[in-house]
Amino acid sequence: MSAAVLEFFVKIQQNHSYREGLRDGVPIALGYLSVSFGFGIAAVSAGLTPLFALLISLTNVTSAGQAAGLSIIAAGGPMIEMALTQLVINVRYALMAISLTQRVDDSFTRPWRAIGAFTITDEIFAVASTKPGRVGVRYFSGLSLLPYLGWAAGTLLGALAGQLLPTLISGALGIMLYGMFLAIIVPPARRERGVLVAVLSAVALSCLFRYLPFLSFVSSGFALIISAVVGACVAALLCPMDAPADETGDSDTGCEPSQEVRHE
Amino acid sequence: MSELPVSLGRLILYIAVMAVVTYLIRMIPFTLFRRQIRSRFLRSFLSYMPYAVLGAMTFPGIFYATSSFPSALAGTVVALVLAFFRRSLLTVALSACGAALLTQCLIQFLL
Repeated sequence: MSAAVLEFFVKIQQNHSYREGLRDGVPIALGYLSVSFGFGIAAVSAGLTPLFALLISLTNVTSAGQAAGLSIIAAGGPMIEMALTQLVINVRYALMAISLTQRVDDSFTRPWRAIGAFTITDEIFAVASTKPGRVGVRYFSGLSLLPYLGWAAGTLLGALAGQLLPTLISGALGIMLYGMFLAIIVPPARRERGVLVAVLSAVALSCLFRYLPFLSFVSSGFALIISAVVGACVAALLCPMDAPADETGDSDTGCEPSQEVRHE
Repeated sequence: MSELPVSLGRLILYIAVMAVVTYLIRMIPFTLFRRQIRSRFLRSFLSYMPYAVLGAMTFPGIFYATSSFPSALAGTVVALVLAFFRRSLLTVALSACGAALLTQCLIQFLL
């Protein structure tokens, strides 16, 4: 097959539309709604007004960071502690952002990256970067919109009406995001050994951090970073991905888009 | 419900610091890093990263995501089975939620 024809088909496959992004964002938005509901409740019981709870969610869009920030506000802690805590808990986003730069297409110019960066969360990153093909601005904006609104709406609802929802329902909602995570990781783990190795070693480490008494001093943000980095390292060492050129056979230099062919 | 120990101005400063630090962590690497990575190890590492992150976030967190361990376990098993058979994100998420809710109902009303 000539390179031009191949390139054409690759391009078609890579153009995930805004609408497709919106659709993929629905489960994230529903999950966020329930998680931020909890944040709304916590913020109000710490003494914040619903409007300030909403303001935090609108400007931060990060669950662990906001929860930690809230406890610092409630304790009236020093400003430098706030900055450092956010840095430590959220530094994983820097890794995700770098990983995402390898998957975005040319529509992501500098200004668009500066805007898109705002909604790089664990879930949006995971869905965007496990999508076959390159990630464009249209798809990414569609993917981000509903989760962002869901995060804000859940916070406001939780702050205003948190006490009204039966605990039976709010309790069950908590598992929604995790269900979505499993739907993202299990199919590729069945297909690719490397993914399976990455997931299993990260899970094992994360469980050790949780259950081994002498490791429990490590904060949850750090534990997540260490587990994920070590898990991905182990997988990259044991099952390095083939060079892009090997997978398409006839690509000229082996650089650029062909590495994405690995999915589906 | 408790009284906030900080003034309005300081509250706004807290929120601004949180927001700016969090945004810069995301924005600086995303805008400044534009090369394609050549190293085979680094490329593999970066593409395995999202799966490792999700794995570490899911376990053991999923076991504490509902109001009781049995309901969380029911949700986990249902989600794992449906995900194994490649159901959509929304199907898996809602079914896990439904299984947890059902189990919680059984626990509260039958036992």
